[in-house]
Amino acid sequence: MAVPAIELRNITKVFLGKVVANKNVNLTVNYGEILSILGENGSGKTTLMNMIAGIYYPDEGQIFINGEEALIVSPKDAFKYRIGMIHQHFKLVDVFTATENIILGLKDEERYDTKKAAVQVKAIADQYGFELDPDKKIYEMSVSEKQTVEIIKVLYRGADILILDEPTAVLTPQETEKLFAVLRRMREDGKAIIIITHKLHEVLELSDRVSVLRKGEYIGTVETKDATEASLTEMMVGKKVELNIERPDPKDPEERLIVAHLSVKNREGLTVLKDVSFTAMSGEILGIAGIAGSGQRELLETIAGLQPIEYGGVQYITPESGKIEYLRDKTPMEIRELGVRLSFVPEDRLGMGLVGNMDITDNMMLRSYRRGRTMFLERKAPQSLAERIIEQLQVTPSGTSTPVRRLSGGNVQKVLVGREIAAAPTVLMAAYPVRGLDINSSYMIYDLLNAQKKNGVAVIFVGEDLDVLTALCDRIMVIGQGSITGIVDGRTASKEEIGLLMTKGGHVS
Amino acid sequence: MREPLFHVVKRELIDWWKAWLIRLAAVLLALVLSAIVTVIMTGLNPFQVFATIFDGALGTARRTWAFLQGTAILLCISLAVTPAFKMKFWNIGAEGQVLAGAMATATCMIFLGSKVPTLILFIIMVVSAVLAGAVWGLIPAIFKAKWGTNETLFTLMMNYVIMQIISYFVYQWSVPKGSGQIGIINSESHAGWMPALFGQNYLLNILIVVLITAAVYVYLRYSKQGYEISVVGESENTARYIGINVKKVIVRTMVISGALCGLAGFLLVSGTDHTVTRDTAGGQGFTAIMVSWLAKFDPLMMVIAAALIIFLQKGAGEISTQFSLNKSFADILTGIIIFFIIGSEFFINYRLIFRSRHKESKEVAA
Amino acid sequence: MITFLQRAVIMGIPLLFGATGETITEKSGHLNLGIPGILYVGAISGVIGAFFYENSVGAANIVPILAILIPLLCSILGSLLMGLIYSFFTVSLRANQNVTGLALTTFGVGIGNFFGGSLIRLSGADVPSINLTATSNCFKSKLPFVDSMGWFGELFLSYSFLAYLGIIIAVVTAVIMRRTRVGLHLRAVGENPATADAAGIPVEKYKYFSTCIGSVIAGLGGLYYIMDYAYGVWSNNGFGDRGWLAIALVIFTVWKTDLGILGAFLFGGLLIIHNYIPNLGVADQELIKALPYVVTIIVLVIVSARKRRENQPPQSLGLSYFREER
Repeated sequence: MAVPAIELRNITKVFLGKVVANKNVNLTVNYGEILSILGENGSGKTTLMNMIAGIYYPDEGQIFINGEEALIVSPKDAFKYRIGMIHQHFKLVDVFTATENIILGLKDEERYDTKKAAVQVKAIADQYGFELDPDKKIYEMSVSEKQTVEIIKVLYRGADILILDEPTAVLTPQETEKLFAVLRRMREDGKAIIIITHKLHEVLELSDRVSVLRKGEYIGTVETKDATEASLTEMMVGKKVELNIERPDPKDPEERLIVAHLSVKNREGLTVLKDVSFTAMSGEILGIAGIAGSGQRELLETIAGLQPIEYGGVQYITPESGKIEYLRDKTPMEIRELGVRLSFVPEDRLGMGLVGNMDITDNMMLRSYRRGRTMFLERKAPQSLAERIIEQLQVTPSGTSTPVRRLSGGNVQKVLVGREIAAAPTVLMAAYPVRGLDINSSYMIYDLLNAQKKNGVAVIFVGEDLDVLTALCDRIMVIGQGSITGIVDGRTASKEEIGLLMTKGGHVS
Repeated sequence: MREPLFHVVKRELIDWWKAWLIRLAAVLLALVLSAIVTVIMTGLNPFQVFATIFDGALGTARRTWAFLQGTAILLCISLAVTPAFKMKFWNIGAEGQVLAGAMATATCMIFLGSKVPTLILFIIMVVSAVLAGAVWGLIPAIFKAKWGTNETLFTLMMNYVIMQIISYFVYQWSVPKGSGQIGIINSESHAGWMPALFGQNYLLNILIVVLITAAVYVYLRYSKQGYEISVVGESENTARYIGINVKKVIVRTMVISGALCGLAGFLLVSGTDHTVTRDTAGGQGFTAIMVSWLAKFDPLMMVIAAALIIFLQKGAGEISTQFSLNKSFADILTGIIIFFIIGSEFFINYRLIFRSRHKESKEVAA
Repeated sequence: MITFLQRAVIMGIPLLFGATGETITEKSGHLNLGIPGILYVGAISGVIGAFFYENSVGAANIVPILAILIPLLCSILGSLLMGLIYSFFTVSLRANQNVTGLALTTFGVGIGNFFGGSLIRLSGADVPSINLTATSNCFKSKLPFVDSMGWFGELFLSYSFLAYLGIIIAVVTAVIMRRTRVGLHLRAVGENPATADAAGIPVEKYKYFSTCIGSVIAGLGGLYYIMDYAYGVWSNNGFGDRGWLAIALVIFTVWKTDLGILGAFLFGGLLIIHNYIPNLGVADQELIKALPYVVTIIVLVIVSARKRRENQPPQSLGLSYFREER
């Protein structure tokens, strides 16, 4: 076999001295080959690729390009080795044309000539079968066109090794098909292509070999022709880890929140939720599993009244009286005025749930500051609430006047969850409430959620760790590309089953 | 690989007292530099420089009152722009909003001067000044809320529109006709002049600003609306999350900001100038922006910042007079002080890390 | 009519310099509210240079080429320093642009008025006022055959070289912005510094250069005002609010310096049109002077309401860029 395009040997990367993002990763890519890097969220795929692209520098291990050891400390170095990476977040200037973005930053010896460059861009596009108008402005483009610009930008700079980070996450099935056709043509052209993904069917359809990462560790590489969805899922999710999380049986569950045929578009006009229907019951924890960005955030924000609904509705059934409130087209304030006690722990804790520069007491007031008849704030109750939360949840440092920005991640989350629970909710939605938390803080959050469940609250828990979801939740709803791909029993479902459901959905199944 | 000597990283929040220590050091450094500049210009020795500055600001009772009055006006305008800034609405139209209030006050004085009882006259003056300032602040706010029109540029332009409007009326109403000046309004009857308190012309004026300071402090710190302003300024996303109507807050806050500016205009015309020209605000609308920002939007710190600036201006004015130099000497010193304080913010928010330490890990890896 | 157009051009040129300079700066994402101060410093530096030169050799003995070069260099140096102060604070120290700009204006206007008012005393020269007519005459020298060309010469060829320089700079700037790699990179820096950074463009260098060049150009506007418009006579606060008018002009011409030429003449015309309208009261003149600002506000509102992306302010205008904050 010829010299591999890239060979990674024992690559290890540790962040901030403790979070291990990659541990002893070995893999190779050849020219004329498509390699998939498969793994769940947080398995270290992007970090690994960023080291090849010069964004990060590995702590240990070696990178060989074309058989020779390479030192890549900046994107410029990567470019020198003819490596180009297409990131998930596009780096484009909106008011420039495609061509202008493609030639941005190049220091050609030649005269600056956008017309000539446009011809070259067109030529590259035609060679690989892209559809692109070189003179179109970025802000007039669809996401897929923007991606095309990013890919051509890399090709224009002469890259032979292409890395694509979750390229299909933002594409429609038709666009995905087109992209795959282009990638296959590049493979025939002798380029080495690495594609980061977590979609099994894409892996099987497109790639020649698959390398799997799990929690930063390299699990192995298999030939795609020998792999099945089931075998890959097992490699991806691993064996079940027994967690010691309490799971009491739901007591007298009754319907609390009914979501029916919900469809939502985001600001760019793309459908992010499609015909979502489910019911959240009181006294149970409903888990939501799915690849990040499958519509979990939009679902919770829509229920909370932060996103406009395209179609469908949300009903709330008041405990005891049984009165039905319709939440569609209501602002968060109006929802609260209806007497709906809906608490929401958003994913973006300091950017949405809390104000980083305010102290704990003032953050307690976010939900309740309107109370009281005067135009002045009532700080006594929030102050004692802050003290209570600090004491009960062991928040450190323990001063109520500490700005929350100075707290560690776990303590920030305790403050946020504590506040949302203190509002005595009947529905509690929590998005990734244990992300980034240490074990002790995580268990404290599970206990809090369970306590709410026992109080008869309908808890909606969006999580990413399947071990946790299957240990904590009564039912698990799986969301894939904006639609529900299945609702399983948390006590009996296997991780493989959920993992398979996660990769389906949307336009595919 | 050539590596830069140091690189810059964002700091964690530092203790408030350290931050203020850094700022204090900056002020002291600035004063030293100012002294050096003054010495070069005048040949005085540095101690004489400070003695002269001190004498110019607080040397006599009359100067002290003038100093207090100047501080009060600058403080009032600084307080006025603060709610908008806390909301991250860059209102640099304070100059115009003050002028709108000044114009309204002068108009009332001219036309209602001796026709209505004093108390009613004052009520009308205050109300119309506040309304005029509020309207001048409201216009850009509406467009900001509706279309996101750039408020910095909009408010800036509004300043000069009102200046020309004032010039227009100054010519229209000039006394004597055609002189291009309104002159002292009601110079005989003193109608609409802020009354003296305990024989001090400025005392009432100063007391009003003390009240405004307390009110703004309480408003920002203890009222629900002040809380909403902070939330909107810190994070619009959080504001949405808890159901604050961001547009409403923008418009409401700008009305308040403009209204307070209008009130400052009233104080200027009724309390000190007793006339109006396009220069009535005298650039204090801009100085106030710097004062508010230097004080980190804290009304109490603003008292100190405003006093510092006025102290320097009065003092430098004295130096200019004694050495028959131009009065603008004060502006140069003000500029220096502000530059130093602005610069000190960098050391509060960022840290320099010198690079040498990183080498080892790289060598191991390579 | 000819005189009106001619005066409009003369009034417009300082604005054109200021607006061209400010546009270059704003294209890099920096709103420099120090432009009014820079106009003063550009002017006073030139005045200081000319003053000392005239006083050292005597007004009658000056060499025209030196009489032009010395003030020109002094002016460039003065405004360059102002540009450096602004960029050091806003680029390197990432200070708030509005506050820095306003402080720079306070400082610059102070410097201008201070030296303008105290230069004679400080230098101990024995002249009654700063009156640089001799130098001004060198600046104002016209092409020799202009007078023989009737209205055509009056309207197109009668100005001093700085006026033509201003127009040339505006045109060249427009061409650089649209048709060169440097222009492309500069616009990228102002629109989206993170993207420019990722593309390997030295963001800070571009910001420094564009701010400093912008300052120098704006400063020339001040020099032109003194040496040509004001016949070499310094008067304190002589600029009035022209600096702000220059910033208005940038918006009015939606960040296009070639449009700025016409815009400057239009604004210049609006400043003096009252002299050419019969039976106009003094008071009404003042209202007409408000027109440039009102028109600018209207443009600003229309541009923001129409949301045409090409006409928006540079996207990162007013924000400082810190790479690690991604």
